[in-house]
Amino acid sequence: MNNFEFTRATDVADAVRQIAADPGATFVAGGTNLIDLIKEGVTKPSRLIDITRLQLNHVEDTSDGGLRIGALVPNSDLAYHPEIDKRYPLLASAILAGASPQLRNMATTGGNLLQRTRCFYFYDTTTPCNKREPGNGCSAIDGLNRMHAILGASEHCIATHPSDMCVALAALEARVLAAGRDGERSIAFADFHRLPGDTPHIDTNLNKDEIITAVELPPNGFAKNYSYLKIRDRLSYAFALVSVAAALEIENGVIRQARLALGGVAHKPWRDRRAEAQLSGTPATRESFMGAAQTLLSDARGFGHNDFKIELARRAIVRALSQAASATPQSQIEKRVR
Amino acid sequence: MTGVGTNYFGKPISRVDGHAKVTGAAKYAAEHNLPGLAYGYAVPSAIARGRIRAIHTAEALAVPGVLDIFTHAHRPKLASSDEKYGDEVAPPGSPFRPLYDDQIRFSGQPVALVVAEDPETARFSASRIRIDYHQRTHITDLEGNRGRARAVSENGESHSHKRGNAARAFDHSPIRIEVEYRMPVEHHNPMEMFGATAIWEGDGRITIYDKTQGPLNCRNYVANVFGMSQDAVRVLSPYVEGGFGSGLRPQYELPLAVLAARALRRSVQVTLTRQQMFTLGYRAANIQSLALAADADGKLTSFRHEWLGMTSQFENFQRSYVTWSSQLYKCDNVELVQKLVKLDHNTPCDMRAPGGAEGLFAIECAMDELAYAANLDPLALRLLNYSDKDQIEDKPYSSKELRECYRQGAERFGWSKRSAKPRSMTEGNELVGWGMATGIWEAMQVEASAKAVLTANGSLEIASATADIGPGTYTMMTQIAAEMLGVPIEHVTAKLGDSGLPHAPVEGGSFTTSSVGCAIQTACRAVQNELLRLAQKAPRSPFTGAKLEHVTFADDKIRHNSNGAEMSLPDAMRAGNVDRIEKEGTAAPKENSKYAHFTHSAIFAEVKIDEQIGVVRVTRVVNAVAAGRILNPKLAASQILGAVVGGIGMALHEETLTDNRFGRFMTHNLADYHVPVNADVHAIDVIFVDEKDDEINPLGVKGVGEIGIVGTAAAIANAIYHATGKRVRDLPITIDKLLRA
Repeated sequence: MNNFEFTRATDVADAVRQIAADPGATFVAGGTNLIDLIKEGVTKPSRLIDITRLQLNHVEDTSDGGLRIGALVPNSDLAYHPEIDKRYPLLASAILAGASPQLRNMATTGGNLLQRTRCFYFYDTTTPCNKREPGNGCSAIDGLNRMHAILGASEHCIATHPSDMCVALAALEARVLAAGRDGERSIAFADFHRLPGDTPHIDTNLNKDEIITAVELPPNGFAKNYSYLKIRDRLSYAFALVSVAAALEIENGVIRQARLALGGVAHKPWRDRRAEAQLSGTPATRESFMGAAQTLLSDARGFGHNDFKIELARRAIVRALSQAASATPQSQIEKRVR
Repeated sequence: MTGVGTNYFGKPISRVDGHAKVTGAAKYAAEHNLPGLAYGYAVPSAIARGRIRAIHTAEALAVPGVLDIFTHAHRPKLASSDEKYGDEVAPPGSPFRPLYDDQIRFSGQPVALVVAEDPETARFSASRIRIDYHQRTHITDLEGNRGRARAVSENGESHSHKRGNAARAFDHSPIRIEVEYRMPVEHHNPMEMFGATAIWEGDGRITIYDKTQGPLNCRNYVANVFGMSQDAVRVLSPYVEGGFGSGLRPQYELPLAVLAARALRRSVQVTLTRQQMFTLGYRAANIQSLALAADADGKLTSFRHEWLGMTSQFENFQRSYVTWSSQLYKCDNVELVQKLVKLDHNTPCDMRAPGGAEGLFAIECAMDELAYAANLDPLALRLLNYSDKDQIEDKPYSSKELRECYRQGAERFGWSKRSAKPRSMTEGNELVGWGMATGIWEAMQVEASAKAVLTANGSLEIASATADIGPGTYTMMTQIAAEMLGVPIEHVTAKLGDSGLPHAPVEGGSFTTSSVGCAIQTACRAVQNELLRLAQKAPRSPFTGAKLEHVTFADDKIRHNSNGAEMSLPDAMRAGNVDRIEKEGTAAPKENSKYAHFTHSAIFAEVKIDEQIGVVRVTRVVNAVAAGRILNPKLAASQILGAVVGGIGMALHEETLTDNRFGRFMTHNLADYHVPVNADVHAIDVIFVDEKDDEINPLGVKGVGEIGIVGTAAAIANAIYHATGKRVRDLPITIDKLLRA
C-alpha cells in the first residue's frame, strides 16, 4: 500500500485537468475494486481524484428515444430505476446478478466498466503476471485457470472481465461517453474493452486523461424476449463461470434480431455477430440456439482447469436463448434455473 | 431444583451478551484504542522454503512515523526451545517460532514486523522492505507426494487400529466396494481477523487483548516465550467473533505484539489482514481410501479405511479420522490406518469438528455406496449394522439415542417416501435427490474451575478463564448459576476471557459446557452449602438439621422441602452476618469410566439439481441430534444451524487452492474462498432427541459445538448421487465436477 494524494474534482473539466496533470493519478468513485487493488499493492496511484461530487448521477431520455445513464449512478439505483426496469430489464437483471447489495450500493455505472480481472495471480504480487507487470509472464496459463478465458485469450494473458452489467450493455449495444481535453466522444461498447493481445495491462480504449461521463442505451431494450443467465460456484455473490445475456426480437416464431453476449469467458464481454446473424431469420427453436452456440464457441479453447467452461457455455447459451424466446427470463431472486 | 421463576435449565434463554454485541459495546481484541498505541504490520514471506539472506529495511525505516522494524536479525531475546513454544493443544513436533531465525518454513510466514505510529504508515513502510532469499526446492502437493506418506505414532497417538482379518474377509464377501475420497485445504475464516493489543503497563507487566479461544493458553505461551513470570502477563479475550478452531493455539499476532511492546516499552497492536488469515493453520487436504464388504444381507464383514493427510515439516498434526466407523458400525474385521505426508506448509490445525468432519464424510459416503451395492435403503443399512458398543475401547455407551435420531429425523424429513433408484425423483426441470448420513462426535470433559460470588444485595457473579467464541458460553454460565442458586437470571453476571480467572481449558472440542458448566455447578454447590449453614444460624432456624438434599434453591430463597419454610438468600447471609460468599469449584472427568461417551446425529438432506448446467441447491436439511441434556434449546439449535451451513460449505464451496509451483495458497480473500451465502441456505430443521445420561457428568450434558457439521457434507453428497446417479468423491462438489462425472 502506497501513500497517495487525495483531491476532489469540482466538475468534469476539473477532473480532466487533474488527471492530465498527474500521470500516476486515478479517479475514485465507489472504490469497490480500486481500494482492494491499492491494499493488495496491485495498483499504486500517486493521487486519488474523488469524482463523487460531479453531477453525473442522472438517468435521462435521449433525443433518439434511448436513455442516458450518468457515470455516477449507483448500480443499485440503476437496477431499480423504473425506466430501466420497464425498457431495459436485461440490464436490470444483469446488475442484480452481480456482487452483493452492499457493493451495488457503492459501485457506479462508470466504475463497473473499469473494474479489473479477479485472476488470482493479478492480485498476488509475489507471482508473475503480465497484466500487473508487463513482460514478466502469465502464471495462469499453466497454473490455476479454472476461472479463466476460453475465448480471445492470448499467450500473454487469459484473464476474464468480471462484470455482469457490461455483458448486458454489450448485448444492448450501449455507447460509452467519455470526456477528455479535446471534448467528449462516444465509444461503441464493443470497442470499449480490449482483448489482451500483447498489451494485457491495458483493459480498455479509454485514454489515460479521459473520464467516463455516461453510458447511452439505444431505444431498443429487447424488453419482451430477454434473459440474463449467470452460472457460478454458489448461488449468489460469486463471479461468473459463464454468464449469458440473450435478447431476441421474435415475429411469428421467427427471430428477427438477436443479441448474444457472454461474461466470464473472455477479457471483455464477448459478443459474436456471426452467431447473432445466424439466428436471425431462423425459428426460435432449440436447434437454432444450438447452432448459434456452436458458432460462438467454434474458436473456444480451454487451458486445463477451465475446459469445462466450453460445454457449460454451450448449454448456458441454449438455456438463456430458450428463456428469452419463451419470455421467461431467469429470475435473479429465485435461484432455480428456469 | 424446580422453582417457578428461576428454573432455567432447558429454557430458550436469549444471549446475555447479545445486546452488547449488536450495539457495538462488545469490544474485540483489536478494537481497544489507548493513548500512545503503536501499530504493527507483519510482513509475509514470498517463498515457501529457504533462508533469508538479507532483509533491507533502510528505506522502510526512513518512512516518517516508523518506530522500528523487527526481524530475526533485529529483535529482543526470545526463548529457543520447543518446550517454551509449546501450548496446550500443540501437536508433537517443533512449533513455529516467529522471527526466531532466518529459515523459511512456509509461504506467508511472518519475517518482519513494522511498527509505526499508525497502521497505514506501518503498512506503507512494509511495502518498502526488500528481502533477498536463498530459495530451496519445496514440496506442497499432497497428491504428488503420496509416496512419502508415513504412519506417525507419538505421544500415544497413532489412531490406527486393527482387529480380525479385514483383507481376507473382504476377499470372501459377496458385496464389496473400494473407493477413494478427497478433500481440499480449508481455512476457518472467522469474521474477526486475528489481532492483539499488547498494553505496556510500565512496571514490567503486560496486558494483552488477544483473539483467542484460550486466554490461559496464551498467557502461558507469552510467559514462556519471553521469559516472564506468569503474574506479569494477563491475557484478555472477553469477546471473540468466531474461531472454528483457528484460535485454539496462540497465533503469531500475539508474540509479535508482545515482542514489539517490550522492545519499545510502549503499547502495540498487531492485526492480521484477511490475506494473512490464510497463512495460519487450516484443515488438512486429505485422500481417504475405503474398502467395505458385506454379506448377502448387508451386514458388514470388512471395513478398511486409510487416511492420508498433510502436515508441516515441523509438526505432526493429526486427529482421529478413521476410528469413527468402529463406534458406529458392528464389524469384526477392521483395519484403520492414518498416514501423514510432510509438506512445506504451515501446520494444519483443528477446524470445525477436526477428525470427525473429514472422517465421517468418507465413511458415510462409503456406507451410501455400500447400500446401493447391497440394494438396501441407506438408513436400513445403518440400522442393520448398528453398534451398541465402542469397538475400539470395547465399552458400551453411557447413552446413545442414535436410533431415535434416525427415526425422528427420517419421519420429519419424509424419508419413507423416497424412491430408491437414482434419478427417479424430479420436479420441473430439476432432479431431486435425498441423501442421509450419520454424525458422531466425542463427548469430552476437561478439568476446569469456576468461581461464584454471591453478595447480600442478591447479585451473583460467576467466573472462569474460558472463552466465548460465539456458542453462548456467557449465557450457559449464567443459566447454570441462576438455576443452581435460584437467583433471577438478571442478577447473574458471567465473566470469562481473562487469564486471571479460575483455570479453564481452551474453548474447543465441544467440551466447554461439560467442563466449565460442571465447574460452575460445583462452585454453586459450595455456595449452597454455605447458604444453608448460614441459614441454620438464624434464631429458631427452620433449617436446623437440614442437609442440602432437604432444601431447594429457587426464587431467591432457600426452601425446606418437607416443612415448606423459606428464607431469602439475603436473610440467610444476614443470619450468618456475612455480606459475601465466594466459592471456587473444580470439576474433572471421571477416571476410568466403564463407558464410552459420544454425541450422535442423523442428517437428511434434499438437493435439487439442474443437471444440464450443474447447479445444485440444498433445499432442505433435517439434523436430528442426541447430545444429552440440552440446557438451552435456542442457543443449541443455533450451533447446529451454523454447523449445517458449514457442512453445506464443505460439500459445495470451500476450497483453498494451492499453486505448487510457488508453494503458495492462491485463495486468500473471501471473494475467492467461497462459504455459503444466504441464497445457498434454505430450510434447516434441527431436532434434539431426548437423551438422559446420568453417567457422563453431573449436568448430563454432551456439547453441541461440532456435531452439526459431522456427516452433513456426506448427506449432501449422497443426495447429489441419488439425484443424478453421479458419484463425486472429491470435495467441493462444483459444477465442473458434476459436468465431468
